[in-house]
Amino acid sequence: MSLNLKHYFKTFSLQELLKGLGVTGKYFFERKVTIQYPEEKTPISNRFRGHHALRRYPNGEERCIACKLCEAVCPALAITIELEERPDGTRRTTRYDIDMFKCIYCGFCEEACPVDAIVETNIFEYHFENRGENIQTKDKLLAIGDKHEAEIAKMKAADAPYR
Amino acid sequence: MMEILANFFGAFLPEWLVTLLLILIKVMAIVIPLILLVAYATYAERKIIGFMQVRVGPNRVGFKGLLQPFADMFKLIFKEIIVPEKSNRFLFLIAPLLAMGPAFAAWAVIPFSDGLVLADVNAGLLFLLALTSLGIYGVIIAGWASNSKYAQLSAMRLGAQMVSYEIAMGFALVGVLMASGSLNLGDIVRAQSGSIFSWFVWPLFGLFVVYFIAGVAETNRAPFDVAEGESEIVAGFHVEYSGMAFSIFFLAEYANMWLISALTSLMFLGGWLSPFQGLDFLTNMPVLGLFFGDGVHWLLLKASFFMLLFFWFRATFPRYRYDQIMRLGWKILIPVTLVWIFAEGLAIALGWKPWL
Repeated sequence: MSLNLKHYFKTFSLQELLKGLGVTGKYFFERKVTIQYPEEKTPISNRFRGHHALRRYPNGEERCIACKLCEAVCPALAITIELEERPDGTRRTTRYDIDMFKCIYCGFCEEACPVDAIVETNIFEYHFENRGENIQTKDKLLAIGDKHEAEIAKMKAADAPYR
Repeated sequence: MMEILANFFGAFLPEWLVTLLLILIKVMAIVIPLILLVAYATYAERKIIGFMQVRVGPNRVGFKGLLQPFADMFKLIFKEIIVPEKSNRFLFLIAPLLAMGPAFAAWAVIPFSDGLVLADVNAGLLFLLALTSLGIYGVIIAGWASNSKYAQLSAMRLGAQMVSYEIAMGFALVGVLMASGSLNLGDIVRAQSGSIFSWFVWPLFGLFVVYFIAGVAETNRAPFDVAEGESEIVAGFHVEYSGMAFSIFFLAEYANMWLISALTSLMFLGGWLSPFQGLDFLTNMPVLGLFFGDGVHWLLLKASFFMLLFFWFRATFPRYRYDQIMRLGWKILIPVTLVWIFAEGLAIALGWKPWL
Protein backbone atom coordinates (compact mmCIF):
# COMPACT_ATOMS: atom_id res chain seq x y z
CA MET A 1 0.00 0.00 0.00
CA SER A 2 1.52 3.26 -1.07
CA LEU A 3 0.79 6.18 1.18
CA ASN A 4 -0.31 8.98 -1.04
CA LEU A 5 0.17 12.01 1.18
CA LYS A 6 -1.29 14.46 -1.27
CA HIS A 7 -4.47 12.43 -1.49
CA TYR A 8 -4.74 12.21 2.29
CA PHE A 9 -4.24 15.93 2.68
CA LYS A 10 -6.92 16.57 0.08
CA THR A 11 -9.54 14.35 1.71
CA PHE A 12 -8.88 15.32 5.31
CA SER A 13 -8.84 19.05 4.63
CA LEU A 14 -12.34 18.62 3.09
CA GLN A 15 -11.11 20.76 0.20
CA GLU A 16 -13.60 19.58 -2.40
CA LEU A 17 -16.56 19.77 -0.05
CA LEU A 18 -15.65 23.38 0.75
CA LYS A 19 -15.33 24.11 -2.96
CA GLY A 20 -18.84 22.77 -3.48
CA LEU A 21 -20.17 24.87 -0.62
CA GLY A 22 -18.48 27.85 -2.25
CA VAL A 23 -20.45 27.32 -5.46
CA THR A 24 -23.84 27.16 -3.75
CA GLY A 25 -22.78 30.02 -1.49
CA LYS A 26 -22.07 32.15 -4.52
CA TYR A 27 -25.45 31.39 -6.08
CA PHE A 28 -27.16 32.40 -2.84
CA PHE A 29 -26.39 36.02 -3.74
CA GLU A 30 -27.07 35.70 -7.47
CA ARG A 31 -30.05 37.47 -9.06
CA LYS A 32 -33.15 35.25 -8.91
CA VAL A 33 -34.74 34.17 -12.17
CA THR A 34 -38.21 33.29 -10.87
CA ILE A 35 -41.14 34.78 -12.79
CA GLN A 36 -44.10 35.51 -10.52
CA TYR A 37 -46.58 33.89 -12.89
CA PRO A 38 -50.00 35.42 -12.50
CA GLU A 39 -48.50 38.91 -12.30
CA GLU A 40 -45.58 38.42 -14.67
CA LYS A 41 -45.67 36.36 -17.84
CA THR A 42 -43.07 35.13 -20.25
CA PRO A 43 -43.38 36.37 -23.85
CA ILE A 44 -45.41 34.10 -26.15
CA SER A 45 -44.34 33.18 -29.69
CA ASN A 46 -46.52 34.12 -32.66
CA ARG A 47 -46.55 30.43 -33.47
CA PHE A 48 -47.93 29.48 -30.07
CA ARG A 49 -50.52 26.72 -30.32
CA GLY A 50 -53.16 27.26 -27.65
CA HIS A 51 -56.95 27.12 -27.66
CA HIS A 52 -58.62 26.80 -31.08
CA ALA A 53 -60.83 29.38 -32.73
CA LEU A 54 -62.90 29.62 -35.93
CA ARG A 55 -62.48 32.85 -37.86
CA ARG A 56 -64.83 34.92 -40.02
CA TYR A 57 -64.34 37.14 -43.05
CA PRO A 58 -64.62 40.89 -42.43
CA ASN A 59 -68.16 40.81 -43.84
CA GLY A 60 -69.24 38.44 -41.09
CA GLU A 61 -69.39 35.27 -43.18
CA GLU A 62 -67.69 32.31 -41.57
CA ARG A 63 -64.56 31.17 -43.35
CA CYS A 64 -64.95 27.42 -42.93
CA ILE A 65 -66.11 25.71 -46.12
CA ALA A 66 -66.42 22.24 -44.60
CA CYS A 67 -63.70 20.75 -46.79
CA LYS A 68 -62.89 18.31 -43.95
CA LEU A 69 -59.13 18.57 -44.52
CA CYS A 70 -58.57 19.29 -40.84
CA GLU A 71 -60.70 16.33 -39.85
CA ALA A 72 -58.68 14.14 -42.20
CA VAL A 73 -55.27 15.37 -41.07
CA CYS A 74 -56.02 15.36 -37.34
CA PRO A 75 -53.76 12.65 -35.88
CA ALA A 76 -55.79 12.43 -32.67
CA LEU A 77 -59.16 12.22 -34.44
CA ALA A 78 -60.35 15.10 -32.28
CA ILE A 79 -62.37 16.93 -34.96
CA THR A 80 -65.90 15.97 -36.05
CA ILE A 81 -67.56 17.81 -38.94
CA GLU A 82 -71.05 17.58 -40.42
CA LEU A 83 -72.13 19.75 -43.30
CA GLU A 84 -74.96 20.78 -45.61
CA GLU A 85 -75.30 22.77 -48.75
CA ARG A 86 -76.90 26.15 -48.45
CA PRO A 87 -79.58 27.38 -50.89
CA ASP A 88 -76.99 29.58 -52.63
CA GLY A 89 -74.85 26.50 -53.32
CA THR A 90 -72.04 27.09 -50.79
CA ARG A 91 -70.87 24.42 -48.36
CA ARG A 92 -71.02 25.26 -44.70
CA THR A 93 -70.66 23.16 -41.54
CA THR A 94 -73.63 22.36 -39.37
CA ARG A 95 -71.42 20.82 -36.72
CA TYR A 96 -67.76 21.49 -35.93
CA ASP A 97 -66.66 19.79 -32.68
CA ILE A 98 -63.16 19.64 -31.26
CA ASP A 99 -62.62 17.29 -28.34
CA MET A 100 -60.07 19.21 -26.28
CA PHE A 101 -59.14 16.06 -24.36
CA LYS A 102 -58.15 14.26 -27.56
CA CYS A 103 -56.42 17.24 -29.14
CA ILE A 104 -52.64 17.19 -28.94
CA TYR A 105 -52.21 20.79 -30.12
CA CYS A 106 -50.04 19.79 -33.09
CA GLY A 107 -51.38 22.59 -35.26
CA PHE A 108 -51.95 20.36 -38.32
CA CYS A 109 -55.57 21.54 -38.64
CA GLU A 110 -54.35 25.09 -38.98
CA GLU A 111 -51.72 24.03 -41.53
CA ALA A 112 -54.26 22.05 -43.56
CA CYS A 113 -56.94 24.72 -43.69
CA PRO A 114 -57.10 26.30 -47.16
CA VAL A 115 -59.08 29.34 -45.95
CA ASP A 116 -57.40 29.99 -42.57
CA ALA A 117 -60.64 29.25 -40.79
CA ILE A 118 -59.47 27.08 -37.92
CA VAL A 119 -56.55 28.61 -36.02
CA GLU A 120 -54.81 28.02 -32.73
CA THR A 121 -54.65 31.15 -30.59
CA ASN A 122 -52.25 32.09 -27.81
CA ILE A 123 -54.92 31.46 -25.16
CA PHE A 124 -53.58 28.87 -22.77
CA GLU A 125 -55.31 29.74 -19.50
CA TYR A 126 -58.62 27.89 -19.78
CA HIS A 127 -60.35 25.11 -17.93
CA PHE A 128 -63.50 23.00 -17.94
CA GLU A 129 -65.80 22.75 -14.97
CA ASN A 130 -68.28 20.13 -16.14
CA ARG A 131 -68.27 16.95 -18.14
CA GLY A 132 -68.84 17.55 -21.83
CA GLU A 133 -67.37 21.03 -21.80
CA ASN A 134 -64.24 19.55 -23.30
CA ILE A 135 -66.18 19.25 -26.58
CA GLN A 136 -65.79 22.72 -28.09
CA THR A 137 -68.72 23.25 -30.44
CA LYS A 138 -68.88 25.43 -33.52
CA ASP A 139 -70.65 28.23 -31.65
CA LYS A 140 -68.03 28.36 -28.92
CA LEU A 141 -65.14 28.28 -31.40
CA LEU A 142 -66.70 31.07 -33.47
CA ALA A 143 -67.28 33.11 -30.32
CA ILE A 144 -63.62 32.83 -29.38
CA GLY A 145 -62.67 33.80 -32.92
CA ASP A 146 -64.93 36.86 -32.80
CA LYS A 147 -63.62 37.95 -29.45
CA HIS A 148 -59.93 37.66 -30.28
CA GLU A 149 -59.98 38.38 -34.03
CA ALA A 150 -57.69 41.42 -33.79
CA GLU A 151 -55.09 39.52 -31.83
CA ILE A 152 -55.28 36.45 -34.09
CA ALA A 153 -54.91 38.55 -37.22
CA LYS A 154 -51.88 40.28 -35.74
CA MET A 155 -50.24 36.99 -34.79
CA LYS A 156 -50.83 35.42 -38.20
CA ALA A 157 -49.62 38.51 -40.03
CA ALA A 158 -46.43 38.60 -37.99
CA ASP A 159 -45.69 34.97 -38.77
CA ALA A 160 -46.81 35.06 -42.43
CA PRO A 161 -43.38 35.93 -43.97
CA TYR A 162 -41.90 32.71 -42.58
CA ARG A 163 -44.57 30.36 -43.90
CA MET B 1 -39.33 36.02 38.56
CA MET B 2 -39.89 32.43 39.64
CA GLU B 3 -40.07 33.51 43.30
CA ILE B 4 -42.77 36.07 42.55
CA LEU B 5 -44.79 33.39 40.78
CA ALA B 6 -44.16 30.93 43.63
CA ASN B 7 -45.41 33.46 46.17
CA PHE B 8 -48.42 34.27 44.03
CA PHE B 9 -49.47 30.65 43.61
CA GLY B 10 -48.41 29.74 47.16
CA ALA B 11 -51.09 32.06 48.55
CA PHE B 12 -53.95 29.77 47.51
CA LEU B 13 -52.46 26.44 46.37
CA PRO B 14 -50.77 23.55 48.20
CA GLU B 15 -47.00 23.40 47.94
CA TRP B 16 -46.70 20.34 45.66
CA LEU B 17 -49.07 21.90 43.18
CA VAL B 18 -47.02 25.09 43.15
CA THR B 19 -43.84 23.13 42.39
CA LEU B 20 -45.63 21.28 39.61
CA LEU B 21 -47.01 24.49 38.15
CA LEU B 22 -43.63 26.18 38.22
CA ILE B 23 -41.99 23.24 36.43
CA LEU B 24 -44.77 23.27 33.85
CA ILE B 25 -44.30 27.00 33.29
CA LYS B 26 -40.54 26.49 32.82
CA VAL B 27 -41.15 23.62 30.38
CA MET B 28 -43.57 25.79 28.42
CA ALA B 29 -41.03 28.60 28.37
CA ILE B 30 -38.64 26.23 26.59
CA VAL B 31 -41.03 24.26 24.40
CA ILE B 32 -43.05 27.12 22.90
CA PRO B 33 -40.04 29.10 21.61
CA LEU B 34 -38.58 25.80 20.42
CA ILE B 35 -41.68 24.97 18.37
CA LEU B 36 -41.59 28.47 16.88
CA LEU B 37 -37.92 28.00 16.04
CA VAL B 38 -38.76 24.69 14.38
CA ALA B 39 -41.57 26.29 12.37
CA TYR B 40 -39.31 29.05 11.14
CA ALA B 41 -36.49 26.59 10.48
CA THR B 42 -38.71 24.98 7.84
CA TYR B 43 -39.34 28.40 6.33
CA ALA B 44 -35.65 29.30 6.46
CA GLU B 45 -34.74 26.00 4.84
CA ARG B 46 -37.09 26.55 1.92
CA LYS B 47 -35.93 30.14 1.51
CA ILE B 48 -32.21 29.37 1.74
CA ILE B 49 -32.28 26.35 -0.54
CA GLY B 50 -34.46 28.32 -2.93
CA PHE B 51 -31.97 31.18 -3.00
CA MET B 52 -29.10 28.78 -3.61
CA GLN B 53 -31.03 27.34 -6.55
CA VAL B 54 -31.62 30.87 -7.91
CA ARG B 55 -35.31 30.76 -6.96
CA VAL B 56 -37.08 32.98 -4.45
CA GLY B 57 -38.73 30.35 -2.25
CA PRO B 58 -42.11 30.80 -0.53
CA ASN B 59 -43.25 34.43 -0.86
CA ARG B 60 -47.04 34.32 -1.09
CA VAL B 61 -48.37 33.87 2.46
CA GLY B 62 -47.86 37.04 4.43
CA PHE B 63 -45.03 39.49 3.97
CA LYS B 64 -42.23 37.68 2.06
CA GLY B 65 -43.98 34.40 2.88
CA LEU B 66 -43.38 34.79 6.60
CA LEU B 67 -46.70 33.13 7.47
CA GLN B 68 -45.91 30.05 5.38
CA PRO B 69 -45.13 27.81 8.40
CA PHE B 70 -48.58 28.53 9.82
CA ALA B 71 -50.27 27.84 6.52
CA ASP B 72 -48.45 24.49 6.38
CA MET B 73 -49.38 23.75 9.97
CA PHE B 74 -53.09 24.44 9.45
CA LYS B 75 -53.10 22.34 6.33
CA LEU B 76 -51.54 19.40 8.16
CA ILE B 77 -53.84 19.75 11.18
CA PHE B 78 -56.95 19.50 9.04
CA LYS B 79 -55.75 16.51 7.04
CA GLU B 80 -56.96 13.03 7.81
CA ILE B 81 -54.60 10.68 9.65
CA ILE B 82 -54.80 7.50 7.61
CA VAL B 83 -53.98 4.31 9.49
CA PRO B 84 -53.16 1.43 7.12
CA GLU B 85 -55.51 -1.51 7.62
CA LYS B 86 -52.83 -4.10 8.29
CA SER B 87 -50.60 -1.91 10.43
CA ASN B 88 -50.20 -2.30 14.15
CA ARG B 89 -52.55 0.49 15.14
CA PHE B 90 -51.21 1.14 18.62
CA LEU B 91 -47.54 1.21 17.66
CA PHE B 92 -48.32 3.12 14.47
CA LEU B 93 -49.90 5.95 16.43
CA ILE B 94 -47.42 5.99 19.30
CA ALA B 95 -44.31 6.00 17.09
CA PRO B 96 -44.39 9.74 16.22
CA LEU B 97 -44.64 10.58 19.91
CA LEU B 98 -41.70 8.30 20.68
CA ALA B 99 -39.70 10.14 18.05
CA MET B 100 -40.68 13.57 19.33
CA GLY B 101 -40.39 12.91 23.07
CA PRO B 102 -36.59 12.54 23.28
CA ALA B 103 -36.01 15.37 20.82
CA PHE B 104 -37.79 17.72 23.24
CA ALA B 105 -36.75 16.08 26.52
CA ALA B 106 -33.07 16.62 25.71
CA TRP B 107 -33.60 20.38 26.00
CA ALA B 108 -34.08 19.99 29.74
CA VAL B 109 -30.32 19.95 30.36
CA ILE B 110 -29.33 22.61 27.81
CA PRO B 111 -28.02 25.72 29.59
CA PHE B 112 -29.29 28.74 27.67
CA SER B 113 -27.29 31.17 29.73
CA ASP B 114 -25.32 31.11 32.96
CA GLY B 115 -27.64 29.27 35.36
CA LEU B 116 -30.59 29.43 32.96
CA VAL B 117 -31.27 25.70 32.70
CA LEU B 118 -34.34 23.59 33.50
CA ALA B 119 -32.46 20.67 35.14
CA ASP B 120 -28.87 21.34 36.11
CA VAL B 121 -27.88 17.66 36.37
CA ASN B 122 -24.29 16.60 36.85
CA ALA B 123 -24.31 13.91 34.16
CA GLY B 124 -25.96 16.14 31.56
CA LEU B 125 -23.75 14.85 28.78
CA LEU B 126 -24.68 11.22 29.50
CA PHE B 127 -28.36 12.19 29.66
CA LEU B 128 -28.04 13.75 26.22
CA LEU B 129 -26.27 10.75 24.72
CA ALA B 130 -28.96 8.47 26.14
CA LEU B 131 -31.84 10.60 24.84
CA THR B 132 -30.47 11.17 21.36
CA SER B 133 -30.10 7.41 21.05
CA LEU B 134 -33.69 6.88 22.21
CA GLY B 135 -35.06 8.91 19.32
CA ILE B 136 -34.31 6.06 16.95
CA TYR B 137 -36.94 3.89 18.64
CA GLY B 138 -39.74 6.04 17.31
CA VAL B 139 -38.40 5.70 13.80
CA ILE B 140 -37.83 1.95 13.93
CA ILE B 141 -41.26 1.37 15.47
CA ALA B 142 -42.82 3.60 12.81
CA GLY B 143 -41.10 1.59 10.10
CA TRP B 144 -42.19 -1.71 11.54
CA ALA B 145 -45.74 -0.75 12.47
CA SER B 146 -46.53 0.66 9.02
CA ASN B 147 -46.42 -2.85 7.51
CA SER B 148 -44.73 -1.43 4.43
CA LYS B 149 -41.56 -2.73 2.84
CA TYR B 150 -40.24 0.74 2.10
CA ALA B 151 -40.81 1.98 5.64
CA GLN B 152 -39.20 -1.16 7.03
CA LEU B 153 -36.12 -0.82 4.79
CA SER B 154 -35.74 2.82 5.71
CA ALA B 155 -36.03 2.11 9.43
CA MET B 156 -33.36 -0.59 9.19
CA ARG B 157 -31.02 1.71 7.30
CA LEU B 158 -31.54 4.46 9.80
CA GLY B 159 -31.01 2.13 12.73
CA ALA B 160 -27.66 0.93 11.38
CA GLN B 161 -26.62 4.48 10.51
CA MET B 162 -27.49 5.86 13.94
CA VAL B 163 -25.63 3.08 15.74
CA SER B 164 -22.52 3.71 13.63
CA TYR B 165 -22.44 7.46 14.01
CA GLU B 166 -23.31 7.44 17.67
CA ILE B 167 -19.87 5.97 18.36
CA ALA B 168 -18.00 8.72 16.54
CA MET B 169 -20.25 11.28 18.20
CA GLY B 170 -19.66 9.78 21.65
CA PHE B 171 -15.91 9.77 21.12
CA ALA B 172 -15.95 13.40 20.02
CA LEU B 173 -17.80 14.22 23.24
CA VAL B 174 -15.21 12.26 25.21
CA GLY B 175 -12.66 14.74 23.88
CA VAL B 176 -14.76 17.63 25.17
CA LEU B 177 -15.19 15.85 28.47
CA MET B 178 -11.43 15.41 28.83
CA ALA B 179 -10.75 19.04 28.01
CA SER B 180 -13.37 20.44 30.40
CA GLY B 181 -13.21 17.79 33.13
CA SER B 182 -16.96 17.81 33.66
CA LEU B 183 -20.13 16.12 32.43
CA ASN B 184 -22.27 19.12 33.35
CA LEU B 185 -23.03 21.21 30.28
CA GLY B 186 -22.88 24.45 32.24
CA ASP B 187 -19.41 23.59 33.51
CA ILE B 188 -18.29 22.62 30.00
CA VAL B 189 -19.23 26.09 28.78
CA ARG B 190 -17.70 27.80 31.80
CA ALA B 191 -14.45 25.92 31.12
CA GLN B 192 -14.30 27.75 27.79
CA SER B 193 -14.56 31.26 29.23
CA GLY B 194 -11.72 33.70 28.89
CA SER B 195 -11.59 34.80 25.30
CA ILE B 196 -12.58 33.53 21.87
CA PHE B 197 -9.32 31.56 21.81
CA SER B 198 -10.19 29.49 24.84
CA TRP B 199 -13.17 27.92 23.06
CA PHE B 200 -12.76 24.22 22.43
CA VAL B 201 -12.98 24.56 18.61
CA TRP B 202 -9.33 25.48 18.37
CA PRO B 203 -7.64 22.65 20.30
CA LEU B 204 -10.37 20.16 19.34
CA PHE B 205 -10.95 21.23 15.74
CA GLY B 206 -10.90 17.67 14.37
CA LEU B 207 -13.39 16.50 16.97
CA PHE B 208 -15.57 19.51 16.20
CA VAL B 209 -15.71 18.58 12.51
CA VAL B 210 -16.33 14.92 13.31
CA TYR B 211 -19.03 15.85 15.83
CA PHE B 212 -20.91 18.01 13.36
CA ILE B 213 -20.65 15.47 10.55
CA ALA B 214 -21.89 12.76 12.92
CA GLY B 215 -24.62 15.15 14.01
CA VAL B 216 -25.79 15.61 10.43
CA ALA B 217 -25.82 11.82 10.01
CA GLU B 218 -27.60 11.40 13.33
CA THR B 219 -30.49 13.68 12.34
CA ASN B 220 -30.49 11.90 8.97
CA ARG B 221 -30.21 15.05 6.94
CA ALA B 222 -28.63 15.40 3.51
CA PRO B 223 -26.09 14.12 2.49
CA PHE B 224 -26.74 11.24 4.90
CA ASP B 225 -30.47 10.92 4.29
CA VAL B 226 -30.53 7.43 2.79
CA ALA B 227 -33.36 6.74 5.22
CA GLU B 228 -35.47 9.06 3.09
CA GLY B 229 -33.99 8.18 -0.31
CA GLU B 230 -36.90 9.35 -2.47
CA SER B 231 -35.56 7.64 -5.55
CA GLU B 232 -35.48 4.16 -4.10
CA ILE B 233 -37.76 3.98 -1.05
CA VAL B 234 -40.29 6.76 -1.70
CA ALA B 235 -40.09 8.75 1.53
CA GLY B 236 -38.56 6.49 4.13
CA PHE B 237 -40.05 5.43 7.44
CA HIS B 238 -42.93 7.90 7.23
CA VAL B 239 -44.41 6.83 3.87
CA GLU B 240 -47.62 5.65 5.48
CA TYR B 241 -48.07 8.68 7.73
CA SER B 242 -50.26 11.65 6.93
CA GLY B 243 -51.57 14.78 8.58
CA MET B 244 -50.51 15.53 12.12
CA ALA B 245 -48.78 12.16 12.60
CA PHE B 246 -46.47 13.01 9.72
CA SER B 247 -45.89 16.54 10.91
CA ILE B 248 -44.83 15.28 14.34
CA PHE B 249 -42.02 13.35 12.68
CA PHE B 250 -41.15 16.55 10.89
CA LEU B 251 -41.19 18.45 14.16
CA ALA B 252 -38.93 15.84 15.76
CA GLU B 253 -36.45 16.02 12.89
CA TYR B 254 -36.15 19.79 13.08
CA ALA B 255 -36.07 19.81 16.88
CA ASN B 256 -33.20 17.34 16.65
CA MET B 257 -31.42 19.60 14.20
CA TRP B 258 -31.75 22.53 16.58
CA LEU B 259 -30.55 20.26 19.37
CA ILE B 260 -27.43 19.21 17.46
CA SER B 261 -26.77 22.84 16.51
CA ALA B 262 -27.19 24.00 20.11
CA LEU B 263 -24.99 21.18 21.39
CA THR B 264 -22.23 21.90 18.89
CA SER B 265 -22.23 25.53 19.94
CA LEU B 266 -22.24 24.58 23.62
CA MET B 267 -19.46 22.02 23.38
CA PHE B 268 -17.13 23.74 20.96
CA LEU B 269 -18.13 27.37 20.49
CA GLY B 270 -18.65 28.37 24.10
CA GLY B 271 -22.47 28.37 24.14
CA TRP B 272 -23.74 31.60 25.64
CA LEU B 273 -20.24 33.12 25.89
CA SER B 274 -19.66 36.15 23.75
CA PRO B 275 -16.84 36.02 21.19
CA PHE B 276 -15.87 39.50 22.43
CA GLN B 277 -15.11 38.22 25.91
CA GLY B 278 -12.02 39.83 27.37
CA LEU B 279 -12.38 42.91 25.18
CA ASP B 280 -13.57 45.13 28.00
CA PHE B 281 -13.94 48.32 25.96
CA LEU B 282 -16.70 46.57 23.96
CA THR B 283 -18.54 44.81 26.79
CA ASN B 284 -18.53 47.96 28.96
CA MET B 285 -20.28 50.12 26.36
CA PRO B 286 -23.63 51.46 27.65
CA VAL B 287 -26.26 49.76 25.42
CA LEU B 288 -24.24 47.79 22.91
CA GLY B 289 -22.50 46.16 25.84
CA LEU B 290 -25.61 44.06 26.36
CA PHE B 291 -25.20 42.70 22.86
CA PHE B 292 -21.44 42.23 23.07
CA GLY B 293 -21.72 40.66 26.52
CA ASP B 294 -22.60 37.03 27.25
CA GLY B 295 -26.20 35.94 26.89
CA VAL B 296 -28.83 33.74 25.29
CA HIS B 297 -28.57 35.61 22.01
CA TRP B 298 -25.06 34.26 21.39
CA LEU B 299 -26.25 30.68 21.81
CA LEU B 300 -29.12 31.42 19.44
CA LEU B 301 -26.80 33.01 16.88
CA LYS B 302 -24.30 30.16 17.01
CA ALA B 303 -27.05 27.53 16.77
CA SER B 304 -28.58 29.43 13.84
CA PHE B 305 -25.23 29.35 12.10
CA PHE B 306 -25.15 25.56 12.36
CA MET B 307 -28.74 25.39 11.12
CA LEU B 308 -27.60 27.40 8.11
CA LEU B 309 -24.85 24.82 7.59
CA PHE B 310 -27.47 22.05 7.66
CA PHE B 311 -29.43 23.77 4.88
CA TRP B 312 -26.29 24.68 2.97
CA PHE B 313 -25.17 21.04 2.98
CA ARG B 314 -28.57 19.97 1.73
CA ALA B 315 -28.37 22.43 -1.15
CA THR B 316 -24.85 21.34 -2.05
CA PHE B 317 -24.03 17.68 -1.51
CA PRO B 318 -25.44 14.67 -3.33
CA ARG B 319 -26.62 11.78 -1.18
CA TYR B 320 -24.03 9.25 -0.01
CA ARG B 321 -24.40 5.65 -1.09
CA TYR B 322 -25.23 3.39 1.82
CA ASP B 323 -21.89 1.55 1.92
CA GLN B 324 -20.07 4.89 1.69
CA ILE B 325 -21.93 6.08 4.77
CA MET B 326 -20.86 2.99 6.68
CA ARG B 327 -17.28 3.35 5.44
CA LEU B 328 -17.12 7.01 6.45
CA GLY B 329 -18.53 6.28 9.88
CA TRP B 330 -16.48 3.22 10.81
CA LYS B 331 -13.25 3.59 8.86
CA ILE B 332 -12.68 7.34 8.94
CA LEU B 333 -14.56 9.18 11.66
CA ILE B 334 -13.98 6.67 14.47
CA PRO B 335 -10.21 6.30 13.85
CA VAL B 336 -9.85 10.07 13.59
CA THR B 337 -11.55 10.61 16.93
CA LEU B 338 -9.50 7.81 18.55
CA VAL B 339 -6.21 9.33 17.38
CA TRP B 340 -7.32 12.79 18.45
CA ILE B 341 -8.37 11.61 21.89
CA PHE B 342 -5.05 9.79 22.30
CA ALA B 343 -3.11 12.90 21.33
CA GLU B 344 -5.27 14.98 23.65
CA GLY B 345 -4.71 12.55 26.50
CA LEU B 346 -0.95 12.77 25.97
CA ALA B 347 -1.11 16.55 25.96
CA ILE B 348 -3.12 16.61 29.16
CA ALA B 349 -0.73 14.15 30.82
CA LEU B 350 2.25 16.27 29.79
CA GLY B 351 0.50 19.43 30.92
CA TRP B 352 0.35 21.29 27.61
CA LYS B 353 -1.59 24.49 28.15
CA PRO B 354 -3.84 24.80 25.08
CA TRP B 355 -5.47 21.47 25.91
CA LEU B 356 -6.53 22.46 29.38
